[in-house]
Amino acid sequence: MGLLDQRFENSNVLVTSLEGLLNWARLSSLWQMQFGLACCAIEMMAASASNFDMMRFGVIPRATPRQTDVMIVSGTVTLKMASRIKRLYDQMAEPRYVISMGSCSNCGGPYWEHGYHVLKGVDRVIPVDVYVPGCPPRPEALLEGLMKLQEKVRKESLVKKTA
Amino acid sequence: MTAEEIYKSLSAKFGEAIVESKLDAPQPFLVLDPKRMKEVSLFLRDDEALQFDFCSCVSGVDYNNGKLGAIYHLASMVHKHKIVLKAFCTRENPHIQSVATVWGGADWHEREAYDLLGIIFDEHPDLRRILLPYDWEGYPLRKDYKVPEFYNGMKVPY
Repeated sequence: MGLLDQRFENSNVLVTSLEGLLNWARLSSLWQMQFGLACCAIEMMAASASNFDMMRFGVIPRATPRQTDVMIVSGTVTLKMASRIKRLYDQMAEPRYVISMGSCSNCGGPYWEHGYHVLKGVDRVIPVDVYVPGCPPRPEALLEGLMKLQEKVRKESLVKKTA
Repeated sequence: MTAEEIYKSLSAKFGEAIVESKLDAPQPFLVLDPKRMKEVSLFLRDDEALQFDFCSCVSGVDYNNGKLGAIYHLASMVHKHKIVLKAFCTRENPHIQSVATVWGGADWHEREAYDLLGIIFDEHPDLRRILLPYDWEGYPLRKDYKVPEFYNGMKVPY
């Protein structure tokens, strides 16, 4: 911003790009789908509770996919659940993001070989933005994943396609 | 009552329905005729001296030699005694008489054994899959089970 912001120097005006404003608004209010799948969900709940307080990042759990921006897939995705997850993802309004939390939802985890009933990675049914490793990941790791997602949203562009 | 006494009172009444018994095992068990599970179970439940009012667990087993089995752990809250019942069938003809109407708790357990091992419990009130999706094919805990390549368009193997 060169000259325009100097013209409003002494008033309460902030100049930014439209992209920057939209991305800032988006990354500061990533509403989360309120559901958990397995033991990772316990860590996700811990991340939401007062010690880690995920809400300070603007993450509010919503009980309907229509109001959510980010789906945290927290745990083992069974084949029976996979079609439900796909449907919930399809019901979310765009722009929508997915955090895959823990080894199970990243790649099948301990069920990779003998889990006849486990989907070997949630990215086989829905696109994933951030993978958080761990079994289960500590709340700090989930927050790190969330901040990585925020960085991703911050770099988004209205014109250019992001990956 | 000791396992010995339980065995005696059963064999006096049912004779051939008790195929085999092992009473010195850590958990003494009786092997029953899979077609006569219900009448024996009703007697175990209703007899004054036995009163097995609690079916604590039903397990399904594949012995990897063509034989399948259901194992019932019974306990009596009144008399504080226990006994284990076993019933065997084959993979080709996997039929065992249900005791779900005798002990309500056996209902889900038998459904689970049906779901994962394909043991058909005759006269069960509601024998459907309980854990796996309804459109699942095969019985995954059987030793000869092969994991499918795809399920509803989703690749299953790693």
